[in-house]
Amino acid sequence: MVVTEAETRAVAERAAARRPFWTIRRRDYLVGYLFITPQLAGSVVFVLLPLVLVGWYSMQEWNVLAGTFEFTGAENYAKLAADANLRSVLAATGIFSAGLVALNLTLALLLAILLNQRLRGTTLFRTLFFSPVLVSLVAWTIVWKFLLQAEGGINGVLGAAGIDGPNWLRGEATAMLSVIVVQVIKNVGLNMVLFLAALQGVPAQLYEAAKMDGAGAWTRFRRITVPLISPTILLTSIITVVGSLQVFAQIAVLTQGGPGTSTTVLIYYLYQQAFQFHHFGYGATISVLLFLIVAALTLLQWRLRRKWVFNEA
Amino acid sequence: MKLALYALLCVLCVPFVFPTWWMVTSSVKPMSEILAFPPKLLPQTWDFSSYRQVFEIQPFAQQYFNSLYIAAVVTAGTMAVAALAGYAFARIRFPGQNVLFVVVLTGLLIPSEVTIVPLFQMFHTLGLTNTHWPLIVVPILGAPSVLATFIMRQFFISLPGELEEAARVDGLGRFGTFYRVALPLARPALGAVAIFTFLHSWNLYLEPIVYLSSPELFTLPQALTQFVDLYGGPMWNVQLAAATMTALPILVVFVLAQRQFIEGLAHTGLKG
Repeated sequence: MVVTEAETRAVAERAAARRPFWTIRRRDYLVGYLFITPQLAGSVVFVLLPLVLVGWYSMQEWNVLAGTFEFTGAENYAKLAADANLRSVLAATGIFSAGLVALNLTLALLLAILLNQRLRGTTLFRTLFFSPVLVSLVAWTIVWKFLLQAEGGINGVLGAAGIDGPNWLRGEATAMLSVIVVQVIKNVGLNMVLFLAALQGVPAQLYEAAKMDGAGAWTRFRRITVPLISPTILLTSIITVVGSLQVFAQIAVLTQGGPGTSTTVLIYYLYQQAFQFHHFGYGATISVLLFLIVAALTLLQWRLRRKWVFNEA
Repeated sequence: MKLALYALLCVLCVPFVFPTWWMVTSSVKPMSEILAFPPKLLPQTWDFSSYRQVFEIQPFAQQYFNSLYIAAVVTAGTMAVAALAGYAFARIRFPGQNVLFVVVLTGLLIPSEVTIVPLFQMFHTLGLTNTHWPLIVVPILGAPSVLATFIMRQFFISLPGELEEAARVDGLGRFGTFYRVALPLARPALGAVAIFTFLHSWNLYLEPIVYLSSPELFTLPQALTQFVDLYGGPMWNVQLAAATMTALPILVVFVLAQRQFIEGLAHTGLKG
């Protein structure tokens, strides 16, 4: 049924004639506001208000058990700046995030390219690579904790190859490496699927044409694939970077931030200070730092988008 | 060439598949076999005693129910909130729309961990710590649902406007148009939102350990880490049995539904 604009307008006018105040447009306003009310109210109460409060609490000495607040101004920030752990916490956060993002994106792209070949059975492999995403996070981490023990399965396999494996979760460097790898294997399937969809959107003629012009596989990848999937690379890197700053359960289960503070990333430090030592004001101060880092990274990535992304999808 | 590719894929698969396989098979091995080397792919003797112990050591059935009902309520609630808000932001014109959308979108930029301290204080003041309320209300209305709203909006924007005009001429109001025309078409996006939300709630760990202190209120991720012996050492066979019960049903359901899931994911991802 074809509706002309005149007909629509006629319907609207008739409705308007019947209801002088509640025109279609006004009713639309009302419906619009009603529809967004739950989400908007939720955002104000559970996102914006706490964000303001976290800034306010960061300037308090706050005793939860006694329920007392004392305004201390920038004292918590001075304490943070002088915190002997801050340097190692930031270093651990940086190493963890950088390692995670680099390994995750590289592996995701590699797997996506492998699965994008014309092969039978790629659906099965896609499911297998994706399956850890669907395994309960703590269950997955517990299994890896067992496998990574000194006498665990990983060292068993290494031993069979004649290599004497370390006690993975007890050495500083190997603990960090373990946490990164366990997390990458868990979640790389998500980025893999996004890359796969992007790769399937690259027109095959481009490759044919480049081949005829004598471009090798690497050149084709560099000059065709990467530019055309750059929006997806940006999207996945944003998701992965911000996600890496939220990794908590894996660290809590695998290493509890140790050995020493070698895997104490910012979010875990925040949890320790606020909820284990009950330094809530100081916890709020660390939250502010975490927020600033996330905000800075997000802004940076959106700026890069303009420079680097080939086409806006 | 093809053979080499298959070989490469098979090798790469091992770290993705083996842990799950090992978790399931070891949960029915006696303790001595779990620790045995080299690890056996299948149990030599089947031993289901750890499955009984899971329920003896903790109120595991109750904890399972907690996780299940919380995830179900959060999923249903998020779908409703996100579909309504996403539809309004995409298809209805009203004053202040863009500003309000930006206000909502801030939730995407703020990881919920940043606000855990003030949220804890809010719920503490209301006397709602050590209840399930924070685990239900915050995900439905707060930062976690914003991504869902964003996905729904992106989907509704792509719907052709003529459909709605036709519905309106046929006498449907705004809500009727939304509920009878737009929503059924949005099934793929809703499916993706549902799966994301369910997994997010099912895996939530920081929030439960912050808010809950009574074992009968625990959710599964929290309960899994509590299977320890008198000396605080993990009871591996019991932990693996509990982990299997936590992970396997969800894994099976989602692998069966994976086509919709992966395709929905790819679509929303591309458009997001």
